[in-house]
Amino acid sequence: MIYRENGQFKTSYAADQQIFPILQDRWAILGILVFAFVAVPLLADEYMFRAILIPFLILSLAALGVNLLVGYCGQITLGAGAFMAVGAYAAYNFFIRVDGMPLIGALLLGGFTSAAVGVVFGVPSLRVRGLYLAVATLAAQFFWDWAFLRIKWFTNYSSSGSVSVSNLSLFGFPVESPTEKYLFCLAVLVVFALLAKNMTRGAIGRQWMAIRDMDVAAEVIGIRPMYAKLSAFAVSSFFLGVAGGLWGFVHLGAWEPAAFSLDRSFQLLFMVIIGGLGSIMGSFFGAAFIVILPIFLNQMLPWLGDLVGVSISTAGVSHAEIMIFGALIVFFLIVEPHGIARLWSTAKEKLRLWPFPH
Amino acid sequence: MGFFLEVLIGGLMTGMLYSLVALGFVLIFKASGVFNFAQGAMVLFAALAMARFSEWIPGWLGVDNLMVANILAFIIAAFLMFVVAWLIERLVLRHLVNQEGATLLMATLGIAYFIDGLGQTVFGSDIYKIDVGMPKEPVMVLQGVFEGGLLINKEDFIAALVAAMLVAALALFFQKTATGRALRAVADDHQAAQSIGIPLNRIWVIVWCVAGVVALVAGIIWGSKMGVQFSLVTVALRALPVVILGGLTSVPGAIIGGLIIGVGEKVSEVYLGPLVGGGIEIWFAYMLALVFLLFRPQGLFGEKIIDRV
Repeated sequence: MIYRENGQFKTSYAADQQIFPILQDRWAILGILVFAFVAVPLLADEYMFRAILIPFLILSLAALGVNLLVGYCGQITLGAGAFMAVGAYAAYNFFIRVDGMPLIGALLLGGFTSAAVGVVFGVPSLRVRGLYLAVATLAAQFFWDWAFLRIKWFTNYSSSGSVSVSNLSLFGFPVESPTEKYLFCLAVLVVFALLAKNMTRGAIGRQWMAIRDMDVAAEVIGIRPMYAKLSAFAVSSFFLGVAGGLWGFVHLGAWEPAAFSLDRSFQLLFMVIIGGLGSIMGSFFGAAFIVILPIFLNQMLPWLGDLVGVSISTAGVSHAEIMIFGALIVFFLIVEPHGIARLWSTAKEKLRLWPFPH
Repeated sequence: MGFFLEVLIGGLMTGMLYSLVALGFVLIFKASGVFNFAQGAMVLFAALAMARFSEWIPGWLGVDNLMVANILAFIIAAFLMFVVAWLIERLVLRHLVNQEGATLLMATLGIAYFIDGLGQTVFGSDIYKIDVGMPKEPVMVLQGVFEGGLLINKEDFIAALVAAMLVAALALFFQKTATGRALRAVADDHQAAQSIGIPLNRIWVIVWCVAGVVALVAGIIWGSKMGVQFSLVTVALRALPVVILGGLTSVPGAIIGGLIIGVGEKVSEVYLGPLVGGGIEIWFAYMLALVFLLFRPQGLFGEKIIDRV
């Protein structure tokens, strides 16, 4: 009754091709944006910003990047964390080595460095595919883990191996308090999400999807696999690099290579698969799920333990946490292998008929 | 020359241990097309079970014989691995038939998390040791041939022997028994195998059980080498380049790949490592595998990939 496109006639190509062709969607998105930019900073407290909102925003950005590569171009990668690390450390080096480098400039340059590295590590995708490629991308992960640990130049010869940045500012405005950090990340995310959405709607996105569906057939109809695959690697790594820079600069402040370990790569892949492969919306769902679930379990388990009269030790909680996390992932994959995005679109179909299904 | 040979032999023996872990991957991938990321977790779980039961059994039964305790622990751990295999097939794989490779991969990652958590909840998360009576002291051989002879680690040598025996046993099992033939049939073509009356589900349980036992043997050997602790799961990550180098579907590939990676790792660490700061073993193995892949995308012994539109 409410969510229905009846009567919304398109009279121009522009109207027909817009991102959200349904009026209700446009209002909903606008509502969410207003809520995120205005209401959330007023409502949320500091813990909420630090533990949930900022990680969620940054990891959504990273998940977007992974989804472009895995979901749209069909190249499985297990090295996403490495590209975040490259972005973070490149941004760090630009930031401290170049005088007067603005924050946004450092982040973008970090992203471009990561994109270049991504192209190099994407070259094997021209020869191998599927699970062989997934394992091959692990090479990137282990190589960069090692490089940032052992090559001291990257960490500016800091004795502990951890690097830190401070006094962040954007066009003269400080990015220091949790609210400012949140707004900054949100703004970056909105711009990049729009970019991703438009890219997947355009020629390049269609090339990626053709390659994903069947690369030989795509080649036959005149798509250059090399260009399509490497551009997917470049764009994905760019997103990941910027996300890595944000993660280091804005979320952590001081970090070491372990912040971008293999677990991070797995986590990002979980996000896109649980959220939904080949769906921009899905990246957000997946990020929300993976960010909130451990926090939720962490809070819930001791409480549940108290309820039945068993006190669980901290180690016990962390073990039970990964156990339940693993079980939930498997459960989720069995129940809905196409991810939350599929649930969402099913719900939308239902909503169109509601409350009078035939 | 003597030193180089020492490094070479050390590499070969480490490589044999890698192939032991790699075998687990290959077995499961061959039979069910699942790339089992949980193999590392299974190795840890099996090793933990082995270590803890051999510790507990003397207390329970009152026998003080290390041998008896170890054998009993081995039997119990093997049984546990059977249960784990059966549960994985029953609860997870059966519901994920015909899903995409990436989804299956993620499912096994989920299983890996679960088994990691379960193992450490049940058996504890300290460092334990497995004592199966392997000799620790190195021996000198071929003293007449080289200046100073070759220093060989007896423990590694025995481990390599065990690995080789296990591989031979598996090869026999695959080639000579009815079950082995059924396994190969399933690996070739699921549908055809099913149509001539081979029960897929049972075959999958068997394969996971065999992989579980392989994990147990690998767990015991690695566990007695470096102690049973959480870092044992990384052994699986080091075996991954072996698998893709040898080919995901080839048992001999796992062996040859293991030897190549083992030697490559050791030689690079000894001769190249000091130049760039050391610790290059792990990524060097991956790079080595990558270079091979560029020339043979299906691995050394993998089935040729044929593209049809």
